Amino acid sequence: MTVKNTVKASEKKQRITIRFAGDSGDGIQLSGGQFTNTTALFGNDLSTLPDFPAEIRAPAGTLFGVSGFQIQFSSTDVHTPGDEFDVLIAMNPAALKVNLKQLKQNGIIIVNKDAFSVRNLKLADYDQNPLEDRSLDGYQVFDVPITSLTRETLVDTSLSAKEKDRCKNFFALGIAYWMFTRPLDTTLRWIETKFKSKPDLVEANSLALNAGYGYALSTEIFTTSYHIEQAKVEPGIYRNITGNEAIVIGLITAAKKAGMELFLGGYPITPASDILHYMSRYRNYDVKTFQAEDEIAGIGAALGASFAGALGVTASSGPGIALKSEFLGYAVMTELPLVVINIQRGGPSTGLPTKTEQSDLLQAVYGRNGEAPIPVVAAQSPADCFNAAFEAAKIALKFTTPVLLLSDGYIANGAEPWRIPDPDNIPEIKIQYAESNGEYKPYLRNPDTLSRIMSLPGTAGNEHRLGGLEKEDISGNVSYDADNHDKMVRLRAEKISKINTLVSSPVLDGESKGDVLIISWGSTFGTIKNAVEKIRENGNSVSWYHMRWINPLPPNLSEFIHNFKHVLVPEINLGQLIKIIRSEYLVDAKPFNLVRGLPFSTRDIINAYYSITGK
Amino acid sequence: MQETLQKDSVTQYSKDDFSSDQEVRWCPGCGDYSILAQTKKVLPELGIPREKIVFVSGIGCSSRFPYYVNSYGIHSIHGRAPAIASGIKLTNPELKVFLVTGDGDGLSIGGNHLIHLCRRNIDITVLLFNNRIYGLTKGQYSPTSEKGKITKSSPYGALENPFNPIKMAIAAGATFVARSIDREPKHLAETIAEAAKHKGTSFVEIYQNCNIFNDGAFEQLTGKEKKDHIVIMEEDKPYIFGTNNDQVIDWRDNHFYREKLDSSKSYINHTPNKKRDAIEFALAELSDNPELPTPIGIFKRTNEETYDGLLTKQVSDVKEKLGNGDLNKLLFSGNTWEIK
Repeated sequence: MTVKNTVKASEKKQRITIRFAGDSGDGIQLSGGQFTNTTALFGNDLSTLPDFPAEIRAPAGTLFGVSGFQIQFSSTDVHTPGDEFDVLIAMNPAALKVNLKQLKQNGIIIVNKDAFSVRNLKLADYDQNPLEDRSLDGYQVFDVPITSLTRETLVDTSLSAKEKDRCKNFFALGIAYWMFTRPLDTTLRWIETKFKSKPDLVEANSLALNAGYGYALSTEIFTTSYHIEQAKVEPGIYRNITGNEAIVIGLITAAKKAGMELFLGGYPITPASDILHYMSRYRNYDVKTFQAEDEIAGIGAALGASFAGALGVTASSGPGIALKSEFLGYAVMTELPLVVINIQRGGPSTGLPTKTEQSDLLQAVYGRNGEAPIPVVAAQSPADCFNAAFEAAKIALKFTTPVLLLSDGYIANGAEPWRIPDPDNIPEIKIQYAESNGEYKPYLRNPDTLSRIMSLPGTAGNEHRLGGLEKEDISGNVSYDADNHDKMVRLRAEKISKINTLVSSPVLDGESKGDVLIISWGSTFGTIKNAVEKIRENGNSVSWYHMRWINPLPPNLSEFIHNFKHVLVPEINLGQLIKIIRSEYLVDAKPFNLVRGLPFSTRDIINAYYSITGK
Repeated sequence: MQETLQKDSVTQYSKDDFSSDQEVRWCPGCGDYSILAQTKKVLPELGIPREKIVFVSGIGCSSRFPYYVNSYGIHSIHGRAPAIASGIKLTNPELKVFLVTGDGDGLSIGGNHLIHLCRRNIDITVLLFNNRIYGLTKGQYSPTSEKGKITKSSPYGALENPFNPIKMAIAAGATFVARSIDREPKHLAETIAEAAKHKGTSFVEIYQNCNIFNDGAFEQLTGKEKKDHIVIMEEDKPYIFGTNNDQVIDWRDNHFYREKLDSSKSYINHTPNKKRDAIEFALAELSDNPELPTPIGIFKRTNEETYDGLLTKQVSDVKEKLGNGDLNKLLFSGNTWEIK
């Protein structure tokens, strides 16, 4: 290694997007996670997107085995992980090939030159070595022999050759830290904790990280480092959080604020399993997790828990929600509180388990037998999952109803900084139970919310039976009476519409009349926010309404939806919210749909805007 | 949690205290009436306040049961009672939870849930009414119907082998497994009482006559010559049976054999409390063997850790180790940074 004292340039940048890519065994998610934590602590705003194959360990070097992790960070607001990246760190030829098309012109490529062997090139379908055939002209290529430099660094350690090679992701990370002027200490501390019981690994990984940093600093290959200033964001205490973590914390907070235990009945399913994992750590928060024998038992146990006085929760993804459907109808009939989380993924059937989609909206709103209305709320970003989960729990408890909380693979695994609320300022969720008086009527309702007034087992004198057969109003006895059935069907629907008395409508972003109104929901929030900002920067007008509760529909939408020449509804499905909008508001809304298992890009939305306006 | 009003002396309960105000709507002559009557007779003896008892059922004739018992109750959906019952018991371990199911509900649509309930050994008492037919849907063969049975859905004979519920419960790990018959009220009441007192998953198969769609399914075991076809298993006693109490079954070479009782010989005694899997299974298989009597009574009763007990302990252990959950700690955990 040639070491010279080179004078290096430092360039200020407002925003950078980096893509880490390599084999699923290359530690890509780990490197990405470390870069994220360091960047978050540094004070940039950020958003991340892990993108990994469905296979746990796909064959090394293959195109379908490429795992990626993307982060956009900035000194200003960040709404998405970025459409295209400025920097691609590719640990092998396959990672280069898969990701190159999303790299910006003149973007930076850092590759592990050692991995560009004949065999790996063949696996990646390269006829010639792209590092040698000038096909990468137009990019700034840094081909670094990362594997051999890592081995050289660790020559004096006791690690086996294989173990040494595993440290190469830290070498690469060290290069990235230098290039973007990040401190090493967060990751060094993490290495110490992670490998506490294996001092030789602490030493080796720390050496590799430092060596990568030192290499970039001292060789003349790298001439410029970039400086991204701290973001100017609302004052407060922040942490980085994924959507699934935020859901768990939001629900535990809700259970504590309601003074009840939380019971999660779950079953492993991608991309919802992390909710079960995280939740199971919190036994000391009166959280009971139950890994059931199947999806049906998961929701059944959660509903039993609700009957016994806990906040019952179940979490799954589309196929699992399909299995739970009968229980959802049962929860509607018994009017018990329940939070059901659907981390949507590509469908139908097993579909694309690790990819994102918004195609379970109609399943959530309508997918049951009988007239079975269920409130549906959609989270819009990783950090927002905290509020959405808290609100879902509050509504479930206040209205004695199952609530469907929609998230998706994109925001479930993606992360962003979250301004942590002061828990003392979060209001309590007060639940009224029936008094023990021997006159208990299980279907007597709270006149304001129309919710049932529950009585928990253990309350003397209030013994009663619930079930799936139609209930007589007030008494709750089984009833086959025709008029009673009509009344109950309407009461259950009316109860759900009353939720609007407790939740607030979204605020319209922009003028309340004009050319174009964009209506969106869920995880497209960040992308559409970017697009709306760009459209306005270009001097065009657009109004934007991002929905939170899909059922019941927000009351203010009808005040302005008819004031626009065009209503555009972009969704990552073939048009689901739009069906509801068209049928409920009789408006000639136009869809924009891409169902690629990926988030929209900002450009997709901007193009949709121009194509609808003809501009 | 609400304040619980306890009856001063729960022993004051009578059987009528457990009758709900709902009219019982099973077919006249149904075996379910007997099971309901015996259960209501047992409940006051358990010494448990009424408000701490929960009956959970699935769907089917048997599953109407909770409506007729004045306790807390859940009439759930087809096959899923074990899931609901598990959630109730794990949330409030102080409750006494009964699960009422049938051969279709518990062994067909809900088979998966039932075996996992047994495996986990959650403290729930399962009463499985076995009438070997789907009654509520008017007469299709069930998972316990005999092979070749002619029913509405098997006009040329059912092609399936029947399930043996006792074998299933033992294999799945239930820690109390017993059988009784609707027409043996005293034995039935005793068996339900023993099951209810057991800590862990207790499973009782109850042979029950459906006089409309499968009348006489257990006629041999309930008719005049029943004593030749039933052996009542009693703890630490040999398996003696017969109209004149002159028959015995004995265990030799890993099999049960039937022979005439010889008072000079000694025979194997019934020891349900010792884990003797081979004997438990062999006893369970006797009902499938036309040459040998059908055992009723307790096949197995062992003391093992319950899931609910372990969960309660885990919660308190973690609390002791990490302290009671504090929202501030929860929200502000991990790497945090301050923006001023």
